[in-house]
Amino acid sequence: MTTEELKGITTNLIVDARGTACPGPLLAAKKAIGDVESGEIMEILSADEGTKVDIPRWCEKMEHEFLGTLEEDSYTRLFLRKA
Amino acid sequence: MEDNQELQQQIDILKKKISKLENSRKDQLSIAVVSGDMDKILAAMVISLAAAAMDTQVKLFFSFWSLSALRDKKKSAPGKDFISKMFGIMLPKGKDKLSLSNMNMAGMGPMMIKYLMKKQNVMSLGEMFKSAGELGIEIAICEMSMGLMGFKKEEMIDYPKLRYCGATTFVADAGQSSIQLFI
Repeated sequence: MTTEELKGITTNLIVDARGTACPGPLLAAKKAIGDVESGEIMEILSADEGTKVDIPRWCEKMEHEFLGTLEEDSYTRLFLRKA
Repeated sequence: MEDNQELQQQIDILKKKISKLENSRKDQLSIAVVSGDMDKILAAMVISLAAAAMDTQVKLFFSFWSLSALRDKKKSAPGKDFISKMFGIMLPKGKDKLSLSNMNMAGMGPMMIKYLMKKQNVMSLGEMFKSAGELGIEIAICEMSMGLMGFKKEEMIDYPKLRYCGATTFVADAGQSSIQLFI
């Protein structure tokens, strides 16, 4: 998805994992994904650099569709659609 | 009729072979955790938690020095012989008392690492074990090491999936795992 598309997206659930380092954001994502229906969009907020690489790999394994990232000043927004 | 029976037999043999194949490379991580250094236990736990988040089954086999990390600082076991008592005093009592494999500096190193971990929002070892339990990570303790170190089951931590076994169980688990590590 393009940056413009991501900016206009409506997310069903936002997971704020900015307060934790690896593997915290991943654990937060795993915990939260159960609260989202298949096809819905989840957004993860992370201040951990590694998460930007890790979450797409996690999506690949779990068969969720990784939609892309948006950079904010001090953190990253990661978007995915649940399988 | 006989043909049918023969076919059925062959199908049964094939089924057995397939289930054996399926079980040989499960989506499972096995780690033999032997080191009792804080940094290495940390590594084992971070990798395990990442694997569990990926829905990979995780089986940890704790043996030798790593047993110190599983001691409960609030528990004690009476009735130990002299050598066991000495081991109990000499070895770290629990995951908060572990030393670093490098830069330990008589306990200054671990203090600094713990401070930095907190500052960088890294989970503490205690939090990691708690999460591990919630995610269903299995911990198996080497029975032989328990005897060697003179530890008793009563002094080990409360953990949901804790069991005691021998090296054979680890080998069997590791043989079914697609990832095997030694730390």
